[in-house]
Amino acid sequence: MKEQDDKQIIIHVDNLVKKFGDFEANKDLCFDVYKGEIFGFLGANGAGKTTAIKILSGLSSPTSGIVEVAGFDVYKNADDIKRNIGYMSQKFSLYEDLTVKENIRFYGGIYGMRAKLIKERTHELLSRLEMTDYADKLIAEIPLGWKQKLAFSVAVLHRPKIVFLDEPTGGVDPITRRQFWDLIYEAVEDGITVFVTTHYMDEAEYCHRVSIMVDGRIAALDTPDGLKQQYGAGSMNDVFLKLARA
Amino acid sequence: MKIAQIHNLSKSYSDTQALKNISLEVEQGELFGLIGPDGAGKTTLFRILVSLLLPDKGEVFLLGKDVKKDFKELRQHIGYMPGRFSLYEDLTVEENLYFYATVFGTTIQENYHLIKDIYQQIEMFKTRRAGKLSGGMKQKLALCCALIHNPEVIVLDEPTTGVDAVSRKEFWDMLKSLKKQGITVLVSTPYMDEASMCDRVALIQKGELLSVAPPAQIESEFEGDLFEIKADNLHSLKNKLNEKYGEHSAHLFGQSIHFSNPNQEISEQELSDLIEQEGFHPSSIKKIKAGIEDCFMHLMTAKKGIE
Repeated sequence: MKEQDDKQIIIHVDNLVKKFGDFEANKDLCFDVYKGEIFGFLGANGAGKTTAIKILSGLSSPTSGIVEVAGFDVYKNADDIKRNIGYMSQKFSLYEDLTVKENIRFYGGIYGMRAKLIKERTHELLSRLEMTDYADKLIAEIPLGWKQKLAFSVAVLHRPKIVFLDEPTGGVDPITRRQFWDLIYEAVEDGITVFVTTHYMDEAEYCHRVSIMVDGRIAALDTPDGLKQQYGAGSMNDVFLKLARA
Repeated sequence: MKIAQIHNLSKSYSDTQALKNISLEVEQGELFGLIGPDGAGKTTLFRILVSLLLPDKGEVFLLGKDVKKDFKELRQHIGYMPGRFSLYEDLTVEENLYFYATVFGTTIQENYHLIKDIYQQIEMFKTRRAGKLSGGMKQKLALCCALIHNPEVIVLDEPTTGVDAVSRKEFWDMLKSLKKQGITVLVSTPYMDEASMCDRVALIQKGELLSVAPPAQIESEFEGDLFEIKADNLHSLKNKLNEKYGEHSAHLFGQSIHFSNPNQEISEQELSDLIEQEGFHPSSIKKIKAGIEDCFMHLMTAKKGIE
């Protein structure tokens, strides 16, 4: 990993191109994500976000370009990348027909954690979420807001270097949405880097830096304040509308 | 005229009470928003309203017709767009539209004026299969299909969920123009900021209505003063305020905190001094008007509706 202004680079992307046939979903992406930051990855539907996230998490290979995640090369060490990241999305997170505890044990097992450590962290996690009484409930039986908070905690159970969150708070009530962000801040305090997509523009303001994709390119990348200044906008929503509509 | 009349409606799925004794009326020509998170009961309410689901208890009339008894007649006059894309993926854009027109005993030509503005945006893909359309295009086609029989009311279940901020704005513009053509629009959404687009809204959480009124009225009924605080270390300042003044007195809103303390009158200066005493240095503190999201959280906590 390289050093730059005493910030450690944890994701390095240079000239990333991804083509599907003639269609260029990612056009020459260049960006770095620093260790311990909350990096917001925004863009309109179809702008190429999902394609990029799949590549960064080792699920898909780039057509060309350099991509290093947690110090590993996506072409050669995709499996190492997978071991060192966590992933959660709104659509798929936990197994509905397993209990809370079983889900935790399952994910801990997948990431090769020892039984003793899984037990310790399960206890820790459930008491932090005030869900100890629900340990033996099926996921299908617990409310959505809890599911999302639990899914996040499970995604960082193995203390990954980076956690990818794909629209983690879609449809969640406004209080639970904010509690979810409390969990994100706690993970950051533990040194975990957070890479997050969202359609809620107020959440874009909670990120340290935000990139906005338009038509397969990164159209802007800066701190929320920097972006607002650059585009003469009062909020991230205005920045987004200006960029994505252009 | 009342387009929808709902009295003491309840619905349960085994142990889960999805709707708890709900009463609600919607006026003709309104753009009415049903606003709440996933699991609040929005879809259940809409499905009962369009006669696709039977209520356990209560009376429900749409267009003056009983949704239980007069469903056949009712369905001729309503358009419904479910949350999940439910057109025929292996039919083309044009075929889907033709199919829906025929099912309702009409033709595309007869009601083309209703869908023209929307259909023109997808017309270049009219020979493409619906399954191959992008999310935004699918949504526009679904709206055309829901309108092609010239319904008096359309019911749209979360049309903007998972849709980016730009497409959301475009979709609301379409709904406003439908309202201008005299169609009553009932729409549900989990996005609190969309409330301002509606004439009236119902805030719904855990199967109960928290409030039903024009959005501006709900905002003006917020109890007590609301302050916007800007400072460094917002996250720890927020935690400190909640510790001192009770859970849910402070919430993060982008790069500021919204703080309210209904139990105690406090001036901007006093609040500023208190925050300084805790070792924080606010760059600005001002009283602001509450938005729908502030109100929703306030009503939620008042009802102990938090998960």
